[in-house]
Amino acid sequence: MKLKSILAGAALAMTAATGTLAETTKVGFVYVGPVGDGGWTYEHDKGREAVVAAFGDKVETMYVESVPEGPDAERVMTDMALKGADLIFTTSFGYMDQTINVAAKFPNVKFEHATGYKQSDNVSVYSARFYEGRAVQGHIAGHMTKSNIVGYIGSFPIPEVIRGINAAYIHAKEVNPDVQFKIIWAYTWFDPTKEADAAKVLIEQGADVVLQHTDSTAPQAAAQAAGNVITFGQASDMAAYGPKPRVSSIIDNWGPYYIARTQAVMDGTWASTSTWDGIGAGMVGIGEITSAVPAGVKASAEALRDSLADGSYHTFTGPLNKQDGSVWLKAGETAADYGDEGLASMGFYLEGLDSEVPN
Amino acid sequence: MLRLEKRPDPSKTWGYLAPVLAVIATMIGGGVMFALLGKDPFEAIRTIFYDPLFSEFAWYYRPQLLIKGAPLILIAIGLSMGFRAGIWNIGAEGQYIIGAICGAGAALAVYPLESALVFPVMILCGAIGGFAWSMIPAILKIKFGTNEILVSLMLVYVAEQLLASMSLGLMKNPEGFGFPGSRNLQQYASAHNAELWTGTGIHLGVVFALIAVIFSYIMLARHQMGFHIRLTGESPKAAKFAGVNPNKVVIYCLGFSGALAGLAGMFEVAGPSGQISIDFNVGYGFTAIIVAFLGRLDPFGILLAGLLMALTYIGGEIAQSSLGLPSAAIQAFQGMLLFFLLALDMLTNFKIKRTNTEVRI
Amino acid sequence: MDLSAISPTLLVASLMVAATPILLAAIGELVVEKSGVLNLGVEGMMITGAISGFAAAVLTGSPMIGFLCAALGGAALSVIFAIITQYFLSNQVATGLALTLFGLGLSAMLGQSYVGIKPPASVKLDLPLVSDIPVIGPILFSHDFTVYAALTLVTGVWWFLKYTRGGLILRAVGESHDAAHALGYKVVRVRILAIMFGGACAGLGGAALSLVRVPQWTEGMTAGAGWIALAIVVFASWKPARVLLGAYLFGGVAVLQLNLQAAGVSIPVEYLSMSPYLITIVVLVVMSANRSKSALNAPAALGRVFHASR
Repeated sequence: MKLKSILAGAALAMTAATGTLAETTKVGFVYVGPVGDGGWTYEHDKGREAVVAAFGDKVETMYVESVPEGPDAERVMTDMALKGADLIFTTSFGYMDQTINVAAKFPNVKFEHATGYKQSDNVSVYSARFYEGRAVQGHIAGHMTKSNIVGYIGSFPIPEVIRGINAAYIHAKEVNPDVQFKIIWAYTWFDPTKEADAAKVLIEQGADVVLQHTDSTAPQAAAQAAGNVITFGQASDMAAYGPKPRVSSIIDNWGPYYIARTQAVMDGTWASTSTWDGIGAGMVGIGEITSAVPAGVKASAEALRDSLADGSYHTFTGPLNKQDGSVWLKAGETAADYGDEGLASMGFYLEGLDSEVPN
Repeated sequence: MLRLEKRPDPSKTWGYLAPVLAVIATMIGGGVMFALLGKDPFEAIRTIFYDPLFSEFAWYYRPQLLIKGAPLILIAIGLSMGFRAGIWNIGAEGQYIIGAICGAGAALAVYPLESALVFPVMILCGAIGGFAWSMIPAILKIKFGTNEILVSLMLVYVAEQLLASMSLGLMKNPEGFGFPGSRNLQQYASAHNAELWTGTGIHLGVVFALIAVIFSYIMLARHQMGFHIRLTGESPKAAKFAGVNPNKVVIYCLGFSGALAGLAGMFEVAGPSGQISIDFNVGYGFTAIIVAFLGRLDPFGILLAGLLMALTYIGGEIAQSSLGLPSAAIQAFQGMLLFFLLALDMLTNFKIKRTNTEVRI
Repeated sequence: MDLSAISPTLLVASLMVAATPILLAAIGELVVEKSGVLNLGVEGMMITGAISGFAAAVLTGSPMIGFLCAALGGAALSVIFAIITQYFLSNQVATGLALTLFGLGLSAMLGQSYVGIKPPASVKLDLPLVSDIPVIGPILFSHDFTVYAALTLVTGVWWFLKYTRGGLILRAVGESHDAAHALGYKVVRVRILAIMFGGACAGLGGAALSLVRVPQWTEGMTAGAGWIALAIVVFASWKPARVLLGAYLFGGVAVLQLNLQAAGVSIPVEYLSMSPYLITIVVLVVMSANRSKSALNAPAALGRVFHASR
């Protein structure tokens, strides 16, 4: 215990020293994938580049990519803190406990953990309400499908993905009561081959709209090869596949948040917060809706997007029942973020989806 | 023309010189690569090899070498025993995973019971798990003569699927908001494989790795089983005449390596890693195979090789964050180092001779 | 649950496509192992082929040049393995693992500027009328050319091993390098050629992923396909025709699993995914239990270092 406090003290002194000497603000980024993944990590790195662009010489950024979740992540974070980082973004859910551990040893360094739920005095958490974008996708999908079969490629059956499926489904059903969702779990965030196969299978089984919650462009290519199928970009815009199959997209837009948090550290106003922003704050971007979508549908989709953005409409507004028919939200009620049946831990499908959440 | 001639005994001089030459060759090759990427090669090499040991923050990095190296050494020691006897367990990754699942499973089954017995039981379960997983190729080899290289490799994939199933199902943290992954054992005092002395990086897994090095040295040098293992590797026929039971050697070698890999997995999941998750395994089982050969299957050689591998991992990460080198360049650099080490190792066993006669190689 | 949504015809057709990359890599590795060399670097050679082919196809606009470069890229990487194992007599298992590590890193560096680019479309067989015949059309006559190329290659390897003198020498070298050497065959030369052939095939398999099946380039995109190819060779007990069977089995399980999910069948995905590996183990056991037969297949000198003392 004693040695620990000495070490922590030494580390503290060192960061304090570099903090006062250096005029630049050092910002570290820990990535779970390679920056060339074209999806999750790629977009976080674009956020880092936005910070560099915004502050120029006043910031110095560093990053380490493909860091496994576990002791390696803890070491990379510590290394950054020792090198005088003032702010460290840890961009994967699996870094949660490591972030908390390292943050405890470096009370003067600020940490920002993406998609987690554990906060402390110097650890903020942030995530994006991607499900708002899913609502827009569902709306377009419901209008566009002729076979009434929408394919959905999920990564892992976790709340984030289940929320997205529910949001897309209820908004598709709203405009097309006959719509049916076929869901494939890829059990990976990123495996182009598997994603391509999954998209092909969905198309073979009649889907003419494919939604994906995995990060590669493989499903886009599969849809293009199949012909009359539409898709949506995921994580990044994937505009190369527009105007068709890709008719719109959900873009992870971390830049504004990263800039704001860096600014807060520079100003000395940084405080531990829990941020969960959506379309309104610009954290979730809706990529351009292309000409492949009829004007009327495009207009109504944009109206939906705008009502989500200004808060006049909530993605999950009752009456909504769970898959088993029990009431989840009464008429007019909107979903809470937290709590037993809150969005943060959503583990159930809504009424009308006919497959089961894998267990 | 050049010709290779086998030395009657491995050369001591080259034994020391070859790795040094290999590291120098890698520095040159890697330096060229880093220069091509637009980085200062001298700074990059210094960051990878020197900084973790002697830089300003070396007090933090040095213990990390032990944390990173311990599982590699523990697994490699086990593997080397079998490799000496010509028994090829390349499925240590699978045994590592099963050891972790069994060890963590034991803890999670009794959670939140605080008792001094929890940890010893976990150690036992981890070792038994790895042992049991390695007995599959062992028994198949003895009963049916099935090739253990392939069976043990196949079982790695089976173990990976089991791991995914565990982290999404049975072992999922009930308080984890539906995310995959078990409870964090670091927060469960009785199950936590904590550092024995804070800040030193020395946890029980490191101690076990050192014990394994010494044990395996004594075993090979003094014990009859060690003699049988060496004999089986050198000449299976001679071993048979000497009355060595080949089945016993198979069971012993696979079981020993499986148990050590299982232990490594258990110490990792209970300590540095903390939880069972889909991506829990990061390839220690495969890297350890390379470590075993780099160490020439010698216990102390493995100790050094394991630390060298750990050094390149840690130095590589430092180089990424401070020089902006892509992780791919570090991977390629490690690959290069291994090529040179493996290639130049030949000089310990062979002499290069100049000949004018017909070349027969 | 709606099993009628699964069309057996399309299932077979798509498993053939899904199996092609691993089939290409596996048939190459079969030749390598038949020569007595175990190269565990298939994954590294595959991904090097994937990026070499992708880059060449994007730069030239020709998928054919892409495939050619993929084969060259895979073969070039395998030369490193060949030199270190054959001339420097290193351990093949360790060298193969190092090759995978190196290949993954090298490919990621080469591919940095190719992320997010669409490759030129590959050539697809589309015969008027014939491709439209129900059942047979989709299964036999409407694939990308790589599917046919892989099948041709399998046939070629089968014929080579069985009927040619070269095949005989290759097998002899794999059975007993000392005996082959005594008979005057160039053991090292044969093995190097086999290793390069394996590298070229793995490279083609990688390009079949990056140019046809996915098609895109991303770091680490082979995601373990090379290891599956290794499993298939074993599953096939070193017989070319069975490599085809094995590749279709592995590809089939992958595609079937997705089909069942899409049809709404609740299946434990993990257990289905591990089944091909378990089946491979069972095949291995059955094969080795029947010793008289298996002795003809498994190369006796597999993985052994050869040094001609005289």
